[in-house]
This record gives sequence, C-alpha cells and structure tokens, in this order.
Amino acid sequence: MDAVIVNHLRKVYQDKTAVDDVSFAVKKGELFGLIGPDGAGKTSIFRMLTTLLLPDAGSATVDGYDVVKDYKAIRNLAGYMPGKFSLYQDLTVEENINFFATVFKTTVAKNYDLIKDIYIQIAPFKKRRAGKLSGGMKQKLALCCALIHRPSVLFLDEPTTGVDPVSRKEFWEMLRKLKEQEITIIVSTPYMDEADLCDRIALIQDGKILSIDTPNAVVAAFPDKLYAVKADQMHRLLKALQASPLVKDSYAFGEYAHVTFEGDLEQELAKQGLTGIELQTTPVTIEDCFIKLLKEKQ
Amino acid sequence: MLPAWMKSFTHWPAVQNVVNDMKQLYIFIRKEFAHVLRDRKTLLILFGLPVVQILIFGFALTNEVRNAKIVIYDQAQDVASQQLISKIEASRYFDIAYAVMDRAGIEAAFKKGDIRLAVIFPQGFNNDLLHTHHAQIQVVADAADPNTATTLTSYITSIIQDYTAAQEPYQITPQIRFLYNPQLKGAPNFVPGVMSLVLMLVCVMMTAVSIVREKETGTMEVLLVSPFSPLMVIISKAIPYLLLSLINVTTILLLSTFVLKLPINGSIPLLFAESTLFIITCLTLGIFISVKTNSQQVAMLISLMGMMLPTILFSGFMFPVENMPLPLQLISNIVPSKWYYNIVKAIMIKGLGFSAIWKETLILVGITVILLFVSFKSFKIRLS
Amino acid sequence: MIETNKLSKRFGDFIATNEITFEVDKGEIFGFLGANGAGKTTAMRMLCGLSTPSSGTATIAGFDIYKQTEQIKKNIGYMSQKFSLYEDLTVTENIRFFGGIYGLSNQQLKTKSQQLIHDLGLEKEAKKLVGALPLGWKQKLSFSIAVLHEPKIVFLDEPTGGVDPITRRQFWNLIYDAADRGVTVFVTTHYMDEAEYCNRISIMVDGRIKALDTPRNLKNSFHAASMDEVFYALARGAKRSE
Repeated sequence: MDAVIVNHLRKVYQDKTAVDDVSFAVKKGELFGLIGPDGAGKTSIFRMLTTLLLPDAGSATVDGYDVVKDYKAIRNLAGYMPGKFSLYQDLTVEENINFFATVFKTTVAKNYDLIKDIYIQIAPFKKRRAGKLSGGMKQKLALCCALIHRPSVLFLDEPTTGVDPVSRKEFWEMLRKLKEQEITIIVSTPYMDEADLCDRIALIQDGKILSIDTPNAVVAAFPDKLYAVKADQMHRLLKALQASPLVKDSYAFGEYAHVTFEGDLEQELAKQGLTGIELQTTPVTIEDCFIKLLKEKQ
Repeated sequence: MLPAWMKSFTHWPAVQNVVNDMKQLYIFIRKEFAHVLRDRKTLLILFGLPVVQILIFGFALTNEVRNAKIVIYDQAQDVASQQLISKIEASRYFDIAYAVMDRAGIEAAFKKGDIRLAVIFPQGFNNDLLHTHHAQIQVVADAADPNTATTLTSYITSIIQDYTAAQEPYQITPQIRFLYNPQLKGAPNFVPGVMSLVLMLVCVMMTAVSIVREKETGTMEVLLVSPFSPLMVIISKAIPYLLLSLINVTTILLLSTFVLKLPINGSIPLLFAESTLFIITCLTLGIFISVKTNSQQVAMLISLMGMMLPTILFSGFMFPVENMPLPLQLISNIVPSKWYYNIVKAIMIKGLGFSAIWKETLILVGITVILLFVSFKSFKIRLS
Repeated sequence: MIETNKLSKRFGDFIATNEITFEVDKGEIFGFLGANGAGKTTAMRMLCGLSTPSSGTATIAGFDIYKQTEQIKKNIGYMSQKFSLYEDLTVTENIRFFGGIYGLSNQQLKTKSQQLIHDLGLEKEAKKLVGALPLGWKQKLSFSIAVLHEPKIVFLDEPTGGVDPITRRQFWNLIYDAADRGVTVFVTTHYMDEAEYCNRISIMVDGRIKALDTPRNLKNSFHAASMDEVFYALARGAKRSE
C-alpha cells in the first residue's frame, strides 16, 4: 500500500495558484523528496498533507486516511517538522522533548530506541534553552520532537535550508538511518544536490510537478550529451557560448560551464580568442535536469 | 496501594483517557508557567503593573486626605461632644480649622473652599445618648472631589465607631450628606477601576499575545498536527492566566486594604467570585482576538486600543457615563468592564450583597457566553 | 578595496571573529564562506561599518573602519536574503526610495530606474507591489538596487538562498556584470557550486580564516574534486556553530 497518495491537489491563494493539479504517490518506507525553489508550493503541499490546510480541489490520503475527513487520525500518526524552527525557545531541550511527548500521548522512554542516535548528540545540552542552541543542534532537537511518537509518516519541510553543508550532510545521514526503521519520509529542499539522497524525487516549480522518478531515472531521461567546458576567461566564455549557433543550451556550473551542442565547439571558441579551453563530457546532475525542464516549460 | 477493584477501575479505557487528558493538561499548564516565569518583561507587566497602578492612583488621589481642614458646629457643647471632638482633633487625618456658630457659618466656610468637611453635633447630644442610647451626628462633605469626600467620611465614621465601641451600649449614627455632588458622580473609585483595568490588560492582552506568539513561531503548526485537541490548547492557555489574574486581584486588594487603608466593606468571597467571572470574560475576549489575528503586534494593538480604551472611557472609572451622549451610553453597555466596575464598587465601597448586583452579574455572564460561542465558532482547527 | 589586519570582535569571553586578515582587490568577486556560526555575519557587520571591532584594523574603499563609517556607508551597497525590499511598495517606488537614500538626483533616479527596469525586463511589473513578485525576481531587483548608486563594494549575504537554478545563474550574471564595471563583490553563500564562480574564496571556521585562495588552488591543495569536499574537510572539525 502507498503511504501517501496525492490526487490532483490544488491550492489557490487570492490571486496565486500555489499548488496546481499535483499528483504523486509515496510508497511505504520510502524517502521521497520534493525538490524545488522557494515559492514552488512545497510548503502548501506539506500543510495540506498534514491537515493544516484544506485543498481547494483534489484529494490526498496519508496511510489510507483522507486529509480532510480523517484529519484526527492523521494528526495521530504523522510527524511534522515545519520550515522554521518551531520549538519553544524559552524551554530547555529536555522540557521541549517531554512536552511534545505528552502532547502526542507518549513518553520519551517508550520510543527511545527510535530517537536514541539523535538524542545522544543533544543530550549534553539537555538543560540548555532551545533558543540558545546552534543551528545544527536545533535541527536535531526538532527532529527528535517530530519523531517522539513514532510517526508512520514523517514530513520534513525544508529541514536543511540555511544550514551549512556540513550540518546538511549530517542531517541526511540521520534520515538514512531513520529509513531503516521503516518510517516513510517526505522531505522538501531547494538544494538540488540533495536529490540524489532520496529514493524518489518530484521536481516542482510554480506549483506544478515537472518530473517524478528515481534520481537515476530523472538523470537518464536527459536527452542530450552534456559537456563541461572551461576557459581562462570564464565570463567571456559564458557569453560566447550563449551567442554561438552551435550551442543548444549553456549555463555556468561550478568552475565549468555546462553545455549541449552540435558541431565543433572547441574550434569555434578558440577562434574567438579564448585560451585554456577544456571540453569534456560530464555526468548529468539533477540540477541539469531541473534547468532543462524549466526551460522547456518556459 | 490501591485496592484491587480500584485498580481494575483505572484500567477502564474511559478512565485512562481522562487520566491522560489531565496529565496533558497539567504538562501544558506547566509549560505555560515556564513561559511566563522566564520572560522578565512579561513578569514585570504581570505583577508590576497592578502594584504601580494602585500606588500611583492611590497616592496621587489620597495624600491630600491627611490633615484635611474641617469645621465643627457644636450645638450641644456637652461632655460627649467634647470627647468626640478631641478624638477627631487627635486624628492625623483632620485639622479643625475653626469652630462655627451657626449653619450659615458652615455654608460660608464651604463656599470659601478651604474646608472639606463639617461635623455638626445636635443639641442635647449627650442627653440623647444617656436616655435613648442613641444619638445622631451630621457629617457634611464637599463632594466636588468625590474621592476625598468618601475617604474623609469613612474616616469620620470609623472615629465615631471607635468612640462608641468604648461606650457600650451607646450608639451614634452619622448622617452623611454630600454637598455639591450628592450622588458622587464620576467618583474616581480607583481601586475598582484599577482592578478592571489590570484584569483587562493582563487577561486579554497576555492571552491573545501568548496564543498568537505560537502562531508566529510556528509551534502552533506542530501542536495542530498533534492529536492534542486544538480546543485544549486554548483552554490550557487560559488556565494559567486565570490563576495569575487571581493573584493580581489578591495583590490589589491587599495593597488597597493595608497600604491605602481602603477597607473592603462587602463580602470577600463574593468579590472573588465576581472577579473570576470577569476574568473568564476577559480570557474569552483574549482568545477571540487571538483567533482573529496572526501577529503579536496586531494582537497587542487590538487589546490596547480595543479593550483598554473602552475600559478607561466607558466603565465610569474616569469619566461619568451619565454625562455622555446617549449613543455613547448605549455603547458603554457592551463594555464588560463597566459591569464589573459597578459590581466591585457595590461590594467594596457600598458593602452590598449579591441581591444588589445580580443584574450586572447576569449581564456579564451573558456577554461571556456570547463571546465563548463566537470564538469557539470562529476557532479553526487548521491554519487558515 | 578591502584590507583587514587581525580584525577581531569579542562578545564577553566569546571571540566571534578572531584576527582575520585578508585583502580584496578592485573588481574582484570574493566568496566569504563558513559554517553557521563561524563568525561570517559578525565580520560582515564590521566591514559594513555597522559594528565596531574589538581590535585590529581595516579599511574599506580606503576609509578607516573605526573613524569613517559614514563614508564607508556611502561607498558600499548591501543586500541580504532576509531584508531586501519593501514588499508593500511598488518596484518603481522601491528603486526611487533606495536611490533617494543615497542622494541620487531626480534626473538620475529617472534615467537609472528606467534603465534598471529595462535591464531586468520588469516593464510590465514596474507598477506592481514587490510582494507580488516571485522570489527570484525580488532578489535580482534587490541586487540591482544595491548597486544603483554605483558603490565601490557590494556586500551580499546569502543572496541566492532558495532561488531556482536558472534564476540563480541569472543572478550571478548580474554579479559578473557588476564586477566587470569595477564593483568589488563580497558574497556569502551556502551553495558550494557558487563558490566556484568567485575569483577567490575564504573559508571561516570557529572565528578564524582557515583557507584563502582561488577555488582551483584550494581544490588542488586539499586534493579535492569539488569545493564541497574542501569545505567539508575544513569545517568538519568545527567546535562551535552559531
């Protein structure tokens, strides 16, 4: 059975369609990623699935329960970590955990095995007020609190936004471990490089889903051969690529420019006086796919 | 140890649910107290405000009462009147300016404006006491400043009571008359006023702000997604403020009794019961505001402008409602603090019982029920 | 353009920024990286003249960081992810307001705002409230306004957080254009691929600058394939965060 089923879901705010006919399904025990920039509609989808918002059209179920009719049942079984840090800053780590355990009608002891790995890391600070914790620690505490009642589905809304790369990496390692506990996890992120860590992903922009598949399949669907090119004069190179008739698409990508083209590009670039040109094929990333899909849409 | 039959009783699912709910409620309330106690600014507002207000109002309005100038018109000139006069003279509240020889002299003295009170002993004062065990004294006060007038007359009354207490079985009834403003209109009976103001502020603003804060920080999102009933969130928010407000009522009453020497003339349990009712009215108002707003500033502004101002304007605490144009008088009727103010005044100052205030009580109950209904109706189990 | 020498900021016992020394040349794009809480924000505030250092010296565009903060403020532009523009003013109103703050004349304001709206392709949106624009457009507009008064240096605090990949690249094109015009760009980011777009980057760990070089040299010296690895190697040992 699918843990989460979303059917033609739509949410409209005054003049803006935040979620536009979105459908997807998440299997039990899957780590599913909603990948897209801010304003793509990720938070609205999360809020509808966690029964905080009513959809304007369409339907959705979480563990078989309807998000509108059976909201009480979902509130018992879902874990939710909203985008911003939403714990009590003036309560200590311990007080926060105990409070949320009670709210979810359970105790820390009952589900300790689930949160143990994470809790150990914040245990040294358990008498500290949550507001005084570092960003990474806050995140771990929030995850503990969201897990405290052993939810069957865990919703994480942009857990890594604004977090530095090291903490991000640690966080994803924690998610990997949670997956082993057979908890279905739906996570949203604006960082394309985190897509590879999910079992399946949905790329989303302007409330519409661009593509849903495993990261490998999304990448495999990239139709062209992708090249990375660099030169001593990067800015000029980018402009030359944009102007070249051979080039289908080009954009900066780290220290290289990624480019799809036909013909002898290297020669043409050399003609324009660029030096130190390196041109080689490069593996396609999710970000390349996202850019491709976005451009197709536009 | 529980007996076996009781143990089996506690295993009934229904009972377990109740036990769990109570535990949740307790944890929630404890958390709420932690919020309040850890925030110095809130604490200061919560407990500093009533003290400061009572003291400011109290001293600003009462320090003139010491050494108030009075005149005495002693038509009796006998032992009893002389004894009482010397008692009054000995009191630090009064300064006998001069003795007058006739009623016209009293009037003249008041018109000159340098005296606040006149005490008139009737002829045969001592004789009345000796033969009927009962005599009367006329006390005339200048009620242009009604607060001072009431304070002074209550001082005189207590001096007279002191005197008769030592003279069993004699009784002396002071007949009090207020000049210029006989109904004591607009009397800044500030203790009832401060009580309605402080309760309004603490209950409405604090409740509204503390609920809206959870919306702002996003913790409300997490609570809503939990099985904890959203209604319980609200109720458990209200309970700590009910308790804190009762502490405030006690503080104000203690201060007014012991620091400002303003006695509570009526029943104290009744006063607390009515205060609890008013606090519940205010909490409901606060909840209503929190349901309708999404930011702490807006909640604060609405509480201040929408609640404090009407309390000051329409409760009769600062400005006499009777003198207002009719439309404003009608508006004043929907301001809960007006009714509470009248109730407290009746109990504290006039010493009246429930029979005198049942109407006001009923109106407050009505307002509360309507507010409760409206806010529970508009309360959302979702974000928007 | 920027020169610091052992610049430090202490809050009580806590040394937020510990003796940082670096230089940024005119027209350079300088990436200022670090884990959360490494001291980036504190350092940036000092450089913008918003907070006084505890010790050390620095000059910004030739002005002393202690005594000439007013001149510094006139010669820099600033943009952050959090505060950028007034959402309840229109695009044009925002441009005029911020331009006005920096003392542009009415004539200048008129031509510049037309130019800017044209460059960003915002003609249709000029009269719309900024709050109604998509995030990416807001960020681009916000950057353009930050360089409207032709500052010598522009400070960008995580300018592209949460922005889609295409807009992010458009944003960097704006940065390149500004650098070509001779504006020095000082930028912080959590996207490691963006670090590659910088001429030079520094990586702060626990209040100190642990590495400072071109992206290529850093990758070589850490034998790393990507900046991500370089960053991870340096920041993993961080003791503190925020």
